[in-house]
Amino acid sequence: MLSRTADNLYWIARNMERAETAARLLEVGARISLLPTAHGYRNDWDSLLRASGNANGYAAKYGAPAQAQIESYLFFDRDNPNSVASCITNARENGRIIRTALTTQVWDALNTAFQELRQIEANRNGHELSRLTDWVMRHAAMVRGAIDATLLRNDGYNFLNIGYYLERGDSTARLMDVKYYVLLPRADYVGSGLDNDQWSMLLRAMSANRAFHWAYGGEITSAKIAHFLILNPQCPRSLITCVAGMNNHLIRLAKLYGRETPAQAAAAQLLSALENQSTEQIFEEGLHEFLTRFIGEAASLGAIIHDAYLSGDMK
Amino acid sequence: MLLNVDHTTLYRYDRPVRGVVQSHRLTPSRFDGQQVLDWAVTVSGGSMGGGFRDGAGDWVQGWTVAGPVTEIEVRVRGQVQTTDTAGILRGHKELVPPEAYLRASAATEPDEALRALAQILINAESPLAGSHALAEAISEAIAYKPGSTQAQTTAAQALAQGEGVCQDHAHAMIAAARAADVPARYVSGYLQSGADGGDHEAAHAWAELYLQGFGWIGFDPANRCCPDARYIRLGSGLDAQDAAPIRGISRGQGTEILSVAVAVQTQEQ
Amino acid sequence: MTPCFNEMFQNGDVRAPYAGLEGWSADMPADVRLAKQAEAEALFRRIGITFAVYGEGGDPDRLIPFDMFPRVFTGAEWAKLERGIKQRARALNAFLVDVYGRGEIVRAGRIPGKLVYQNEAYEKAVCGFIPPKGVYSHIVGVDIVRTGPGEFYVLEDNCRTPSGVSYMLESREMMMRMFPDLFRVNRIEPIDSYPDKLRRTLASVAPAKCDRDPTVVILTPGHFNSAYYEHSFLADLMGVELVEGQDLFVDGAFVYMRTTEGPKRVDVIYRRIDDAFIDPLCFRPDSMLGVAGLMDVYRSGGVSICSAPGAGVADDKAVYTYVPEMIRFYLGEEPILKNVPTWKCGEASDFKYVCENLGDLVVKEVHGSGGYGMLVGPKSTKQQIEDFRALIMADPGNYIAQPTLALSTTPTFVEEGIAPRHVDLRPYCLVGERIELVPGGLTRVALREGSLVVNSSQGGGVKDTWVLAE
Repeated sequence: MLSRTADNLYWIARNMERAETAARLLEVGARISLLPTAHGYRNDWDSLLRASGNANGYAAKYGAPAQAQIESYLFFDRDNPNSVASCITNARENGRIIRTALTTQVWDALNTAFQELRQIEANRNGHELSRLTDWVMRHAAMVRGAIDATLLRNDGYNFLNIGYYLERGDSTARLMDVKYYVLLPRADYVGSGLDNDQWSMLLRAMSANRAFHWAYGGEITSAKIAHFLILNPQCPRSLITCVAGMNNHLIRLAKLYGRETPAQAAAAQLLSALENQSTEQIFEEGLHEFLTRFIGEAASLGAIIHDAYLSGDMK
Repeated sequence: MLLNVDHTTLYRYDRPVRGVVQSHRLTPSRFDGQQVLDWAVTVSGGSMGGGFRDGAGDWVQGWTVAGPVTEIEVRVRGQVQTTDTAGILRGHKELVPPEAYLRASAATEPDEALRALAQILINAESPLAGSHALAEAISEAIAYKPGSTQAQTTAAQALAQGEGVCQDHAHAMIAAARAADVPARYVSGYLQSGADGGDHEAAHAWAELYLQGFGWIGFDPANRCCPDARYIRLGSGLDAQDAAPIRGISRGQGTEILSVAVAVQTQEQ
Repeated sequence: MTPCFNEMFQNGDVRAPYAGLEGWSADMPADVRLAKQAEAEALFRRIGITFAVYGEGGDPDRLIPFDMFPRVFTGAEWAKLERGIKQRARALNAFLVDVYGRGEIVRAGRIPGKLVYQNEAYEKAVCGFIPPKGVYSHIVGVDIVRTGPGEFYVLEDNCRTPSGVSYMLESREMMMRMFPDLFRVNRIEPIDSYPDKLRRTLASVAPAKCDRDPTVVILTPGHFNSAYYEHSFLADLMGVELVEGQDLFVDGAFVYMRTTEGPKRVDVIYRRIDDAFIDPLCFRPDSMLGVAGLMDVYRSGGVSICSAPGAGVADDKAVYTYVPEMIRFYLGEEPILKNVPTWKCGEASDFKYVCENLGDLVVKEVHGSGGYGMLVGPKSTKQQIEDFRALIMADPGNYIAQPTLALSTTPTFVEEGIAPRHVDLRPYCLVGERIELVPGGLTRVALREGSLVVNSSQGGGVKDTWVLAE
């Protein structure tokens, strides 16, 4: 397959997943702002922007964080490449470019999301935030569903999935890191009721609240959360699930093409490191430090995949 | 005359480029005035692509260099036996009809001043006398001054400023000739170093006009003569860009720094 | 103006080819018609057939209007058209091979050398090159209008990359989906073999150096191009890759595409970009759309380019007037299809006539396309005519003029019901190892009442075109 086709498939996935991340961030932000803190209400939107890597872009355009502007920045703003509007528009454009590599159902799902987005944009103030985030989740699921239900299991399918898993791993790590920015350096909160409320809210934002309780039960603790979102292969958004997913699809590519690239080795290495990791080790290293490192390693893997398949410069 | 050519073009990139593609017109033309005894073009790290003789009779040779690469050397070495044909391109096989060289190009678009020069050719008693007179007039109108013009300078601009190099002389000659409805083209080649006693570059360019009864005849307004045994003809085109001996393009962010060294000497020296 | 020929009704009677449509259209209630129209539009939008209009801004996803009333030819009518089109395609290709070779037709004085060799579309760079099978123009789109029962005129030839074939195929698909019964009642020749035939045509002109099943690609300027949908549609139906310039590169004597498995050699490039953009080394150095070094590979026989660079010199509107002469010169035959009488403003006597009769003529730019830069005299205001006169005076050689033909009409669904609208026809003739065309073409319809401009960029629509089996 053309490298550019593979690249567009990969970016359809990354853009759709990224749109979902923006929506989840908005939801977390909205809920955080409803929680009391020791100092009254904190300006936690700032933390949210920093954790998600959107702080500089926002500050350059708006200056001090304000809820309405952040909502607009994360949802509507075309200047923000990570906004819901940018991501859905880009995903649909990626799809249009390689229209023939998609089934009608996948194209329909992408195109419908885009057409509805344009209607929402035409009437920006007429929507509640929660409805907007629901809308994003629904369309992300429709695209994903169309891909799984209708697409040929060829190399393109692997590139789509690699994009999804890469972006999702990054998203989970960043969403968990919001907690670091919100809480630290006040270590005395750890284990407090507030601590638990915040974890619970994060789980909810990842649609993993109930799953967590089924899997672990009892009190929410940071150790359980870290295990669930990082090391538990049953959790669909955990880092290990995402890395294993990439690894799996890279292996399928190597089989299909009859040759390995540095990407297979890099993914296997990242997976094995996670498999040999314990929650104790993670907290010893520091959750924030661990997540920062993971985000960097995942980005490096992305670069290796780019060089090996998507750049078009392979010999 | 036996001429030895040693022509090196060095491309340096400040950052490695992903690849380079070149198209060369670096092989001496086949006509009565020159016979190639030995000729070799090499491109460092390059793989030789397709080659063919085009409709104008020039040998065109493609080259590619796979990146990443920071330096490329194109070297031309050879030996040519030349004879003076009084500027006439005799025995040259080509298919492009002379009329195709009546089309103006961006560099040879005529303005009022060039049209005025064209009158010399239009009013002359014979096309041959007119061509010589035109070449003479252009030598007078554009003083040779290295560095006074750039690669993109047009014939009209060079004439207006009254200074230029061989490229500008050739462009002005071509533009005026076409304005007089005489087919004209740009020729690139070599000139024996120091042959004219001046400091001309050995890489050279001149004009050819198509005159009924004679065919294509070279005129070198820069040196106030017609090409003779000191000249080696490489290729032709509508203007300097079209006739460029090396056209190339690199893929990547690197900035190109070019250095050229050309020596064309007689065997005796 | 003489009354136009109505292809369905003649003296109150229904002409034979339309007999199968009379009841269908008359019996269709307005609400059903509107519902069908809406269904068609929704389908077109869903599959993504949209048309971006050059230089107009606005909605890049604009739909090209589709009219459900088919346009019908009898088998006999088509047989004549087919012969005439193939004849033209043969002559045009012979002309191209000739003028890039010895130029016999010019030497024989049958066409002025100036018109050919000083033409902007004449590519000196391909002089002396004979493409595989001697074909320069592999897809010839011949625009034909009708003025009477047996009266057909060729309006222009498109030798480069005629567009619109996707609308021909999709219009048929749409009709078969919405009105399957019509296809049971009428015996309509199928056209769905077009993509296979196109692929076979392209593969048949692979270069001699290709010693295996040729790899064919379509080269598009990119997804911002107005015809991008068509490019991707054809690539999909042919099962070939749709590439942009950045997907291809030259290595040594061949062209390769960048794939996830490494470089893959390409043998035939069906390009949908203009000559000027094909290769920045040979043509426009600022082109970002092409492939550096492609022309050297092409000329040394490493790849085929369809249509061949330089083919444009045959479809110039001034060269057009000499096509009948080409048919006589190369084929020794009389033209089957007529040319529209044409005045060349570059010639003094023609220029005078045109200036005196501007109000009755259609004036076009020699190199124009898409219905831009033209004057339809009888439909223009005095001011428009005078403005255009100034343009012609400034550069007469750039214009040609033709009489305003009484273009035929076919019934078309309009707001008030059914009404006659002017149509033209563009069949697509494929030229490779053999010359063939599918029975049909793209019928374009001027949807505005009385309008003669059918270009999609000027508010024209499309119809399904039927050829009835004999």
